[in-house]
Amino acid sequence: MGLSLTKILYMCIISVMNIIEIKNLTKKYEKITVVDDISLSIQKGEIFGLLGPNGAGKTTTLMMLSTLLKPSSGSAVINGFDVLKNPLEVRDSIGMVFQDPSSDTVLTAYENLKLHALLYDVPMKEIDARIEKVMTLVELNGKKHDIVKKYSGGMRRRMEIARGLLHEPGIFFLDEPTIGLDPQTREHIWQYIESLSRNNGMTIILTTHYMEEAEKLCNRIAIIDHGKIIALDSPKNLIASLGGDIVVLRGADAYIDENKLSFKVQAKKLDGCLKITLKDMNKNLQELLNNAKSVEAVEVHSANLNDVFLHYTGRDIRDENGEEETDDED
Amino acid sequence: MRIKKTLKGLYAMWYREFKVFQREKSRVISSLFLPLLWFFIFGGSMGSMTTMGDNYKIFIFPGFLVMTIIFASMFNGAYIVWDKKVDFLKEVLIAPHSRSVAFFGKTLGGMTDCLLQSYILMFIGIFLKIPYTPVSFLLSMFLLFALAIGLVGMGLILGSFMDSPEGFGLISSLVVYPLFLFSGALYPLDKLPAWLKIITHIDPATYAVDGLRNVILGTSTHSFLFNLAVIACFDIFFVIAGTWAFKRMKL
Repeated sequence: MGLSLTKILYMCIISVMNIIEIKNLTKKYEKITVVDDISLSIQKGEIFGLLGPNGAGKTTTLMMLSTLLKPSSGSAVINGFDVLKNPLEVRDSIGMVFQDPSSDTVLTAYENLKLHALLYDVPMKEIDARIEKVMTLVELNGKKHDIVKKYSGGMRRRMEIARGLLHEPGIFFLDEPTIGLDPQTREHIWQYIESLSRNNGMTIILTTHYMEEAEKLCNRIAIIDHGKIIALDSPKNLIASLGGDIVVLRGADAYIDENKLSFKVQAKKLDGCLKITLKDMNKNLQELLNNAKSVEAVEVHSANLNDVFLHYTGRDIRDENGEEETDDED
Repeated sequence: MRIKKTLKGLYAMWYREFKVFQREKSRVISSLFLPLLWFFIFGGSMGSMTTMGDNYKIFIFPGFLVMTIIFASMFNGAYIVWDKKVDFLKEVLIAPHSRSVAFFGKTLGGMTDCLLQSYILMFIGIFLKIPYTPVSFLLSMFLLFALAIGLVGMGLILGSFMDSPEGFGLISSLVVYPLFLFSGALYPLDKLPAWLKIITHIDPATYAVDGLRNVILGTSTHSFLFNLAVIACFDIFFVIAGTWAFKRMKL
């Protein structure tokens, strides 16, 4: 009786507490600070996104949360366990899908999953049934006895997502889950992730540098740049915080005579164009254009997360990406 | 519960190594081909120069049992570099097990790999007229088992320090061949020049070759038990060093 009571109490505490609590987390390599004093808390059942350009420190953060990297300073508590003091319990609570494929290509998908099930102490009798369940979820059950070498990139990613789910973790880390995938597969994976959170109450933390992904999937987003959190809120609030829509004036010498405007605008010069955040687009666009000089073309769109990133950093999130595949974070 | 979990983890690691071994049959064939080549060509030709004649081939045969283990264990260790490259190592290290479980699992897998190859060669030895007795056969198997623990551990340590496949060649010329050539596999230990004698005594493979000669041929420098004891010390050292190396290994 006493035991069960403490257990219930413990579960209550866990459910009220944040499932992930990060305080002043920092990772330094000699002189370079990759993750710079990050603090945040994530609630149970949330889909939380770390959004930022490549090299911003997203992967390094996940590696520290999953105990594969030791923080230089700061702490992280996951599911009630400290990453430094109880790494085994932390690893027991999480599932992870790495950015780069991490399955053995000599083995079949089934063998890769069985290996995983054994490593995570899934009961022997349940292994086959669970493999079938997760492989059906990612629509690969028919191909589970194929050698992984024969899989396409998208199939392999889906297989690795299935593998991460095999031991039914309460917390799921996904590092760039849809990088390099075709739009159809991407859409598919988004659906899985949403249903996992909705149906299983799973807490999901994903990193991405795709705006649409972060905007569509995440309850909350932390925008990260140079290892620092520069903004943290729901995608809706982040976009709303800009307070307007975006007008892009193309032309190397494009400028706005701001003194003549009856309203205030924020204008940023960005390679060969002028990006302006404008309130009340319908009312003010005409006046804005009347006071614009040397404009070659005009583009108008409703604000998105890329504009939020630009607002906080003065840079475009896509600036540094170049090729999507080339990513060296650690 | 913890024990059961750990055993399952070890089984998982072994399961993977064994499956890979099963798929790469060419590795097994090449691992048997090389010693046989040495046995017939080197054994036959050198034997004709010495007073031992055909007996020379028999004399150097235990060396090839050891050679298969040296080769297989070092390349098994270097395979970690591949695991790092394809990121498979992350999958293992993120599992809820300590690094020592990862090390022991890999050791078990590597040992299976090495010993299967060495035992197959031992079996082929029956057709090469190696004078086994049932007892010497079993004792030899046991000695090879003991040797495999330490050498696989040593291979894994080297692998854990390596970052790129370029180190493969280095391991082969600086570790694999010296271990084999200094082991006395090809020559008797008694009449060596002093400098060579010292080096042969640091080489753990020496004691395996000597121990095997003791049980199979009845001629040796040291007793079987002495050889076994030295190998056991060597095993203990490399198991401890290996767990340490895995704990400090970075991805």
